Amino acid sequence: MSLSQNGDAMSTRRSTVATWLDERCGLEAVREFAARKTVPVHRHTIWYYFGGMALFLFTIQVVTGILLLLYYRPSAESAFESVQFIMTEVRFGWLIRSLHSWSANVLIAALFVHMFSVFFLRAYKARRELTWTSGVFLFFLSLAFGFSGYLLPWNTLAFFATKVGTEVAGVVPIVGSFLVRFLRGGEEVTGATLTRFYGFHVAILPALTTALLLIHLLLVQRHGMHIPDSVKPPVKTMKFFPNFMLRDAIGWLVALGALAALAALFPWELGEKADPFMPAPEGIRPEWFFMFMFETLKILPAKIGPFDGEVLGILGFGIGGLLLLLVPFIGTNGSRTTALVFKAAGIIAILYIVIFTVAGYVK
Amino acid sequence: MPDASRRSFIDYFLGTTLGATVVSIVYPIIEFLIPPALSEAPQNSVTAATAAELQPNKAKIFKFGTRPGILIRTKDGEWRAFSAVCTHLNCTVQYREDQEHIWCACHAGHFDLNGINVAGPPPRPLEQYAVNLSGDDVVVSKR
Amino acid sequence: MRGKLISTIAVAFWLGLVAPRDATAQAVPARNTCVSCHTEAGDELAVPVKMMADDIHARRGLSCANCHGGDPNDDDVDRSMDPRKGFVGKPGSKQVSSFCGKCHSNPITMKRFNPGLRVDQEAEFATSIHGKRVASGDTKAATCISCHSAHGVRAVKDPNAPVYPTRVADTCARCHSNSDTMKAYGIPADQVQKYQNSIHAETLLKKNDLSAPTCNDCHGNHGAAPPSTTSVANICGTCHIRQAELFSKSTHKSTFEAMSLSDCVVCHGNHEIKRPTDEMVGTGSQAVCLTCHSPGETGFQAAEAMHQGLTALNARIAEADEVLGRAAHAGMEVSKARFELQDARDSLVNARVVVHSFAPGEVEKAVSPGMEVSDKAYQAGLNALDELLFRRKGLAVSLVVIALAAFSIYLKIRQIERGT
Repeated sequence: MSLSQNGDAMSTRRSTVATWLDERCGLEAVREFAARKTVPVHRHTIWYYFGGMALFLFTIQVVTGILLLLYYRPSAESAFESVQFIMTEVRFGWLIRSLHSWSANVLIAALFVHMFSVFFLRAYKARRELTWTSGVFLFFLSLAFGFSGYLLPWNTLAFFATKVGTEVAGVVPIVGSFLVRFLRGGEEVTGATLTRFYGFHVAILPALTTALLLIHLLLVQRHGMHIPDSVKPPVKTMKFFPNFMLRDAIGWLVALGALAALAALFPWELGEKADPFMPAPEGIRPEWFFMFMFETLKILPAKIGPFDGEVLGILGFGIGGLLLLLVPFIGTNGSRTTALVFKAAGIIAILYIVIFTVAGYVK
Repeated sequence: MPDASRRSFIDYFLGTTLGATVVSIVYPIIEFLIPPALSEAPQNSVTAATAAELQPNKAKIFKFGTRPGILIRTKDGEWRAFSAVCTHLNCTVQYREDQEHIWCACHAGHFDLNGINVAGPPPRPLEQYAVNLSGDDVVVSKR
Repeated sequence: MRGKLISTIAVAFWLGLVAPRDATAQAVPARNTCVSCHTEAGDELAVPVKMMADDIHARRGLSCANCHGGDPNDDDVDRSMDPRKGFVGKPGSKQVSSFCGKCHSNPITMKRFNPGLRVDQEAEFATSIHGKRVASGDTKAATCISCHSAHGVRAVKDPNAPVYPTRVADTCARCHSNSDTMKAYGIPADQVQKYQNSIHAETLLKKNDLSAPTCNDCHGNHGAAPPSTTSVANICGTCHIRQAELFSKSTHKSTFEAMSLSDCVVCHGNHEIKRPTDEMVGTGSQAVCLTCHSPGETGFQAAEAMHQGLTALNARIAEADEVLGRAAHAGMEVSKARFELQDARDSLVNARVVVHSFAPGEVEKAVSPGMEVSDKAYQAGLNALDELLFRRKGLAVSLVVIALAAFSIYLKIRQIERGT
């Protein structure tokens, strides 16, 4: 049949190219690995998709971010106007910008889901500790991305949210005031802060994230997908390529559609240009993913015993972050009590975050 | 034995729809990359006039960003520029050749050639802009 | 003999030194028997002492004897309040003006304290209605202390002074809103009430714009008298220059003069000057033009034309605003167009001023740039709505494409997995 003849011709061509590349780059090993890679199939398989979803959303951030920086200007005099320019004059500028803003939020939400699902399925145990740790650092980096990116449009809300946010850093004992000056590029939030945050957002954080992401992904390939203890063998598997990948693709397409709809129907607002001399307006609030911390600090009394309420709050979060990093190293003695305690802690954490986030908006 | 034609239909369908998706992603990106007609937002500096356009002791109202500005060539030939928004109730000020300073028609506010409010209701001076001559052009920019 | 002569001369000299001739500042004597006795006496007699705590004269080192004379060092009531020592006591209403004028009309004295202060208040007061009535023996008419108070006198720029711009109307109201008092003079007692309803009062009291006029800005403060009908326009014209200029060049000026009508007051009132509306111009129910003009006259038609010009521009601006509002509400970025619409509003303000020329052609000239700007803004709004529609359509198309792509992947998955 002519089809198979052509098919043979195609496959011959493909294998010549493949051989050529393989002799130079050693791709054959990768291809074999990819062909062999499998994914366990069980009732918790759905959680496996969230890592890839986060990766997809991160890619959207990188692409839209690169496009935006072709027009954005990181100085106090022109930042706001350049974003306005993107929204009004540049073809599809409104789309790229709104996609970037919405996708940032969806990404962080996906990261919460990814992180908590790994936590509850206890996929951080033996041999996968570094995967977890690199993941937690990636999570912190994303929050830093969110915080630094928020300031870039230089509107009133962002300006004051940054002022309050960087003020909080000053509460850390000993290094507090240095931290504030380092973050702000000076004593106050000024154009210097904007340029500095821009540097963080488009250079430093991406570099760190790329490095950590590579490590994280390589480790995941090395160890494969973890099968939760509650799933008893024998466990069915599916091939990663093409079966799991195609399913991933459906998820990604749905996410893309949802983001396009959000961008077109609920465009991200521009606000008003920041004026450092005006008094703080009512209703300053941080982005939703910082809201629970913000609310907690507001609720803490000014003094708890001999200590400042705020200082204790910040130290509390610091300890929380540290504990999060150390999860694979504490309580891995396998006893059921520990497992239960951890599960309870996780549920309490989720409830705490959800309640305090909602409280911030209801008020 | 898999149905060859069905197989190729699905592949064809998959290829087309994925191709269309790729196009609907790439098309906006390419359009985005092409610079728009107005290459930058003229916010912080504007060519207000040509050097020959204004005689001494004459003035001109020009657009600066979204608000009016006033460009004055004084009797001695110096160039001054201010925001033309009166600090009393936001009327647009004008230049009085007979008085050689700035005046607001709404409630008779007077500003001198440094923008300072010297008489009438205005409570604050006018915002002053920097004026530079670039060849034949008079360029006004925020200080 | 010689000893007695010397001591008499010495005493006289000493007396001469001590007895105040004019109220030049002396250092407040360590002993001030006026203050100590009056404080001790309590009740009514102590009130002036308490009030002096806030007094600007006291702050400058002046005390009781500087105005009232007498000897503040003597404990004995008769010697302290001795007319031979210059004591004049409480001045009667006819004497108040010259009592204060002892210093306030003397440029040399005033230069020692505040060279910038005027020294003609006493002379001005004599020309005022209040001054003339006081001179003719009316004890109820206002004197210096009626507005400035006698003992707690504060500087005009002190916000607590009864003569601070925001409080002037209330001070005048003390007498001028009392219908019994005013009945005796045949004056209405509703001016302050009417003023409180005016746009000037709103600007001054609610918006804290101290440049807005109050009683003294039109009536004068020390030379207070109602302005004559011919001079009202000059007074309004000190701030509303353009309207006054346009009016004086208009047809109405000579007509009003001939009819002895007061220029601005006929249409705008004098005390209850409300914020003018477009309805005041034209031939509608609230139009002031109808006071003189009847249908068919040129004046009537001119009024109608001007009204139409204003309302047309107002309506056009509102339309543009509405469309831009809709676009903004749907998430489109229209802030630039909205700012540019402000120019149209400026045109409208200008057109409303030009009404005072009573020439429809001029009003039309003022209105047309505003119409152009509004049209542009309206168009920008329509463009924004078109763009919105384009985006929604584009979204629909891309969602369809994505849905089909997802569906095709699903089919592919099924195909692969069925085949295995």
